[in-house]
Amino acid sequence: MAITLENLHLKQGDFSLSADVEIKSNQTTTVIGPSGGGKSTLLMLIAGFIQPDRGRIIILDQDLTNQSPAARPITMMFQENNLFPHLTVFQNTALGINPNLKLAKQDQQNVKAALLRVGLESRSNDLPSTLSGGQRQRVAIARALLRKRPVLLLDEPFAALGPALRHEMLDLIDEIRASQNATLLLITHNPEDARRIATETIVVTDGHVAKPQPTQALLDDPPLALAKYLGGPSGLVS
Amino acid sequence: MLVIALLVLLPVGALFMRADGFAGINSYGWSVIRFTVFQATLSALISVAFAIPVARALARQQFRGRRFVLALMGAPFLLPSIVAVFGLLAIWGRNGVFSDVLAGFDAGPLDIYGLQGILLAHVFFNFPLAVRMILQAWDAVPVEHFRLAAQLNMGPRATFRLIEMPLLRGVVPSAILVIFLMCMTSFAVVLALGGGPKATTIELAIFQALRFEFDLSSAAVLALVQFALCISVALLALKISRFIEFGGGLALAKNRWNKSQLLYWQDRILIAISLIFVASPLLAIGFRGLSGLAAGLPNSLFQAFVTSLIIALSSATLAIFLALILAHFIHHLQDKSGRMVQSVAFLTLAASPFVIGTGLFIIINPFFNPFNLALPITALVNAAVTLPMALRIFLPALKRIDQNFGQTAQSIGLHGLNRFRILTWPQMRSEIGFATGIAAALSMGDLGVITLFAPPDIATLPLLMYRLMGSYQTEAAAAVALVLIASSFTLFWVFDNGGRHGDHP
Amino acid sequence: MKKFLTAAALLTLAGASWAQTDTLTVYTYDSFVTDWGPGPAIKTAFEQTCDCTLNFVAAGDGAALLARIWLEGERSEADIVLGLDNSLMEPARQTGLFAPHNGIPATINLPVPWQDDIFLPYDWGYLAFVYDNTSGIDVPTNFQELAASDISIIIQDPRSSTPGLGLLFWVKAAYGDEAGAIWQDLSDNIVTVTKGWSEAYGMFLAGEADMVLSYTTSPAYHLIAENDFTKSAAEFSEGHFMQIEVAAKLKNTDQNALADAFLEFIASEAFQAIIPETNWMYPAIKIDLPDGFDTLIDPEPVALPPLTVEHRKTAMDEWLAALSQ
Repeated sequence: MAITLENLHLKQGDFSLSADVEIKSNQTTTVIGPSGGGKSTLLMLIAGFIQPDRGRIIILDQDLTNQSPAARPITMMFQENNLFPHLTVFQNTALGINPNLKLAKQDQQNVKAALLRVGLESRSNDLPSTLSGGQRQRVAIARALLRKRPVLLLDEPFAALGPALRHEMLDLIDEIRASQNATLLLITHNPEDARRIATETIVVTDGHVAKPQPTQALLDDPPLALAKYLGGPSGLVS
Repeated sequence: MLVIALLVLLPVGALFMRADGFAGINSYGWSVIRFTVFQATLSALISVAFAIPVARALARQQFRGRRFVLALMGAPFLLPSIVAVFGLLAIWGRNGVFSDVLAGFDAGPLDIYGLQGILLAHVFFNFPLAVRMILQAWDAVPVEHFRLAAQLNMGPRATFRLIEMPLLRGVVPSAILVIFLMCMTSFAVVLALGGGPKATTIELAIFQALRFEFDLSSAAVLALVQFALCISVALLALKISRFIEFGGGLALAKNRWNKSQLLYWQDRILIAISLIFVASPLLAIGFRGLSGLAAGLPNSLFQAFVTSLIIALSSATLAIFLALILAHFIHHLQDKSGRMVQSVAFLTLAASPFVIGTGLFIIINPFFNPFNLALPITALVNAAVTLPMALRIFLPALKRIDQNFGQTAQSIGLHGLNRFRILTWPQMRSEIGFATGIAAALSMGDLGVITLFAPPDIATLPLLMYRLMGSYQTEAAAAVALVLIASSFTLFWVFDNGGRHGDHP
Repeated sequence: MKKFLTAAALLTLAGASWAQTDTLTVYTYDSFVTDWGPGPAIKTAFEQTCDCTLNFVAAGDGAALLARIWLEGERSEADIVLGLDNSLMEPARQTGLFAPHNGIPATINLPVPWQDDIFLPYDWGYLAFVYDNTSGIDVPTNFQELAASDISIIIQDPRSSTPGLGLLFWVKAAYGDEAGAIWQDLSDNIVTVTKGWSEAYGMFLAGEADMVLSYTTSPAYHLIAENDFTKSAAEFSEGHFMQIEVAAKLKNTDQNALADAFLEFIASEAFQAIIPETNWMYPAIKIDLPDGFDTLIDPEPVALPPLTVEHRKTAMDEWLAALSQ
């Protein structure tokens, strides 16, 4: 198992979240469910930005419940603000190697290679404000590529992109995942995205985290809560 | 804009009109100017240098009573300077707490008179203000950036270079500027703790020219020197201070995920030290005041309280109203002209209350009895003085709102008053509350123009306190001082807290 | 904004309501009109002698008072100014705004003869260094001893306060051309130089210095009002600066008769009896002093030259030069 959440429980004001699930390694799992249901909170818990009230978080057979985010083998991408506005594309990417931005020759080559991989090598010296939304997330992907962490958490980083671009990005990230034998956990609103890259899918509603189900089967015959969220009698939007 | 220009420049003009000629600046005058700039620069630099680590500690530590600490940070700034001087003396004076402790070790009493005393008092006044200003800039950094820093395992140095440095670059120059200007016109503090005529500021020279020599021309020339210094410093600071364009972050509490115990204790100790530094003189004032209260209150206390409250509320309302209009105006200007307008607005900070007061007096006297206008004028001048501060608080907020919601607002046709009501007001509540709190409390404790205009039957709390001190009534004066700072503090707290209420957790 | 305007209008109305007929307007300094000052009692006493209203207007300290009158010029509403002193008389005379009085009342009785056609004295006191007699300091008997000792003193700034200016004239009168040297010797005794008497005295009471520049009458306050016997004034062999507080009528008064009546009233027992225990100064006529005043030191006055603006400037420059080093 890549990630095991054991009797995890969290209470934040009126909202509470509980999870007791296992997420398989070397594959993509999507997290799907209505807004405010707890999808982002779940990822924050795994990444270590929020501490649970009880329960354990085991990542790659290690109990990391009390470890700081830096100590976890994780790269997380947010919906926005993944880049520092005052650093160039190159510098933002290079943070993935060394946050002090001190780079050896080989490191510089690696950064260039990562930018080449996401198609932004010509924009190395530009500031993020000159990039489009999709290009900015590509820089974040390039950084994730350099970090080579076995677990990737994505909090809807492509939600704002058009379908074609989104598909392209999803394919890129899934390809990177596969090439690094990593595990990818992706929040999405779109069942089509889930079908595209996810082997399994977790439904999160009202703070309840369901066990992962095979994506195709789940979406073909959704349980009531999911069906309601997806809309339509069969839940088949696409 | 016009109001400010009129308020600041007309009085100086009026002084020249009444003056017999144009005075030059002699070598003594130059030494006064040098000393003024010197002490103001040092005061501003030291205040901000201390404020940076403390603001950082407050930004990353969550603890019970954090709100109270933040509110307390507003307190010294709101103290009338003469009250603060006595509070500081009770702790740092030759007969103060520290000297008593030192005496136990056979060490001589502390000597705070001289430059060190001036700096101590100015840092006491302004360091907490700097902390609040810098903390607000910290709040503007998107939480994702701190998460990224945590995930990328940035050490303290990398965090400083990549996140803190850019945010400090935006806020530190204006913090230095504001404090520099406040210290430049400092008067009672310099005179009480300066130790002699070596420590003479421009403001004292102006006072002397107006009071003892009837030398309006020298006073006006010195006032112009103050303005010139102020404008150049303002322009410089506004040019250096680049507003970093952060996108809108999720406004969650900025937990830090560094589990280092060293960092934790370093932060806690820093916060504790600043708390003691800020609170001990306040406590001393409180004790003195309580024993004064026990001895009985002067009859005129309630009336003075009401008068002060009316002045404070009306000048705060006026200041915020003007600042909001001006901030919107500047916000829509080009960078360069915006800077010009802003630096003119800063003039009111550098304007000597004596010059404004005397100038207004000369202007008004031919038409009205100045006594009848005492309260409106006091409110107006106080409003003008707090205007620049409110501007510095509002402008970044307006920019933030525009970046986050400007397009949405435009697309749904939200403009004018509706935009203010639906978008700006809810988004700027905490800034408006903070600025209103400062304006009201500052005006409550002000002992500037009111002395020139006040009729005897109308006294404000500071004036009453000062009159009591002048008639051997030290205890009653201490009691009034306590009432004064309690009401200033309450006013500030009510507005500041009111603004924060309903804010994100 | 609306709130502000309403408040402003209300206050303007409230302020205007005191303008009545047959009102004598007297400008004075702040501490004169507080609940503890002589103002309230004097108002009552004078209004019993006339069918009029006596209206006190406070304008800061003595120097602020003169600045105020000078700024208002001929438009001033003041009929009488009460609270200038001998150090401010010459600049006040130069404004040309004051009118001569109808003769010095025969009752006036000061340690020095009084001759002035405009200003009438209403009280007086000697400047002196006040100390805590339980502190065990060697009390100096003149400025030279003080300068040679390591006694700490707090004084007021002659540029912002009348006692401070008085001290300047005192040292100048006692030492003439040597005044600058005395100031230089005193500089290591001076803890700080405050804006006004209130700050200096408050700091002395808080224990910040051994001695403070105040009045020989200050111990009387502590004795009579607080039963505190620990404060004394040091008697200096050079003689003491005598601060004489004066009143005068303004040329442009519209209450000429009433103003003259008030100037006469000043020299009456009704007025003078109020002074010692409210203004803590000596009365300007011969009356019985309250118990406690007999314990005060009774020094000689130092002989003063005319306290002209030029004289002040010379003394001030010496002071600045000596203390700025």
